[in-house]
Amino acid sequence: MNSLAQRLRDGHALPVLAIVAVLIAVWYLGAIWLNSQRIIDLYEADEDMKGKWTTSDLIRDTLSMNRPVLPAPDQVVMELDRSVLEVAPTSNRSLLYHAWVTLSAALVGFGLGALLGIALAVAIVHVKTLERALMPWVIASQTIPILAIAPMIIVVLGSIGFVGLMPKAFISAYLCFFPVTIGMVKGLTSPEPLQLDLIRTYSANEGQIFRKLRWPASFAFLFPSLKIAVALAVVGAIVGELPTGAAAGLGARLLAGSYYGQTVQIWSALVLASLVAGLSVAAVGWAERITMRRMGGRA
Amino acid sequence: MAKIERLRDRSGAEVSPAARQPAVEVAGLNLVFQTADTPVTALSDINLTVNKGDFVSLIGPSGCGKTTLLRVIADLERATGGSIQVNGVSPEQARLARAYGYVFQAAALYPWRSVLRNVTLPLEIMGLSKKEQLERAARVIELVELTGFERKFPWQLSGGMQQRVSIARALSFDPDLLLMDEPFGALDEIIRDRLNEQLLQLWERTGKTVIFVTHSIPEAVFLSSRIVVMSPRPGRIVDIVESDLPRDRNFEIREDARFAEIAHRVRLGLRAGHGDVDE
Repeated sequence: MNSLAQRLRDGHALPVLAIVAVLIAVWYLGAIWLNSQRIIDLYEADEDMKGKWTTSDLIRDTLSMNRPVLPAPDQVVMELDRSVLEVAPTSNRSLLYHAWVTLSAALVGFGLGALLGIALAVAIVHVKTLERALMPWVIASQTIPILAIAPMIIVVLGSIGFVGLMPKAFISAYLCFFPVTIGMVKGLTSPEPLQLDLIRTYSANEGQIFRKLRWPASFAFLFPSLKIAVALAVVGAIVGELPTGAAAGLGARLLAGSYYGQTVQIWSALVLASLVAGLSVAAVGWAERITMRRMGGRA
Repeated sequence: MAKIERLRDRSGAEVSPAARQPAVEVAGLNLVFQTADTPVTALSDINLTVNKGDFVSLIGPSGCGKTTLLRVIADLERATGGSIQVNGVSPEQARLARAYGYVFQAAALYPWRSVLRNVTLPLEIMGLSKKEQLERAARVIELVELTGFERKFPWQLSGGMQQRVSIARALSFDPDLLLMDEPFGALDEIIRDRLNEQLLQLWERTGKTVIFVTHSIPEAVFLSSRIVVMSPRPGRIVDIVESDLPRDRNFEIREDARFAEIAHRVRLGLRAGHGDVDE
């Protein structure tokens, strides 16, 4: 117990827990405030309750509505418990199943986007004119609202036979190649003049300079970019599920929830989506730590 | 120091003064950098011959072009006039033939590579077998007394150890010509003395040609068989001092009258170059 108290005092846990506690408290207060008007209207319309309800009635009822404006955290937790733990993960009533549908598209898109991003960066770094030719397009691609272009991508790809996972993966890739390209251009050009002079004295060819110097030097820039990219990939996959009325996926659950006013379902899908994105970022961070340790990092 | 003996066997024949050939020949060399406002003359009418087996120091104040001259020899800069030959060919051909090992002012180790893999870097690029890479690396790491540190990463080493790794790296492919740009400039006096002594032993026993940039008069006199005194604005050679100190020398030589004489002449050259003393 002593060491636990010590870890709470010295580590990051205490500030993190404090922030979480504050957020949950704000959430509860918000739920009471946002839902109270409808509950009060109900009370006033009811002959028995009119004028006789107390504050504790109000709090109890605002936190246990069927279709609240803002569901209470415990309602979301209960819904998650129902849809994650109590159903088989293969059933389409399981939120885990939907999360996997979204995550698999996001991961495929992340892989494609990362490869595209790296390939573009390699081209830009090695061919001077490509920097001028490609960079404006790379930047312009990100100024188009993804919500506007996603339906087009799905329709166009659908007409040439790509349905299901691939169109969503393309949207993810479209979002996540950008930070990878920007980070890798910076990383591949990060070697100092001295390090380049050194390898020049060994009369290394361009391929060797890339493999022995530019590529390893870029890793410090690659991983932060990949963390941003993987979070964007999850967003991309969810956005890809919205316009098509997809039958499965977290996006489909969000859409279905909003059709039927199922705010608890929307919020539990949102919570799970952020968990999926957070775990993906954590996985990239884990890969980063392992790689950097192998490359002599101090951490 | 058995490992030094081994290195000597290979190139020992070149030590004999009778068989001297030029390793570097520079004639009427100029280098003008085009900057935004005015052209800057970094090197002006440089004439210098470095024979095989020589230990030549380039000494002078900042901005005298000593590093630039070394970089021209290494084909890291291009001269704008005059002629230069390294081992009888152009600097570019010499670089492509990996004729020299270059030791920079900073160690320039790749931080993601261990000591061992920093030393094998040139060997990997040359495509040597893994076995030969390891053999050669072990030999030069022993030479700079870093055995046992092979798995360490650069940040785990002191500045002096890092610079010794960079010397091992330059020696790993056994070039006949060593170009050293103030390699010990950032190190403290004690380590510097020790590395100077080791370098001298290495030179004496292997017969390598060394061109060594410094701004320390005692360092230049202690190490060199010839001292090239340079002066800035424009970078030029003001004096070349031949040293007749024996090749086989140690620190006692610093007390020698001859050492003081040579140091004095170098100092006079440096002052004349500055134009603040009329000689």
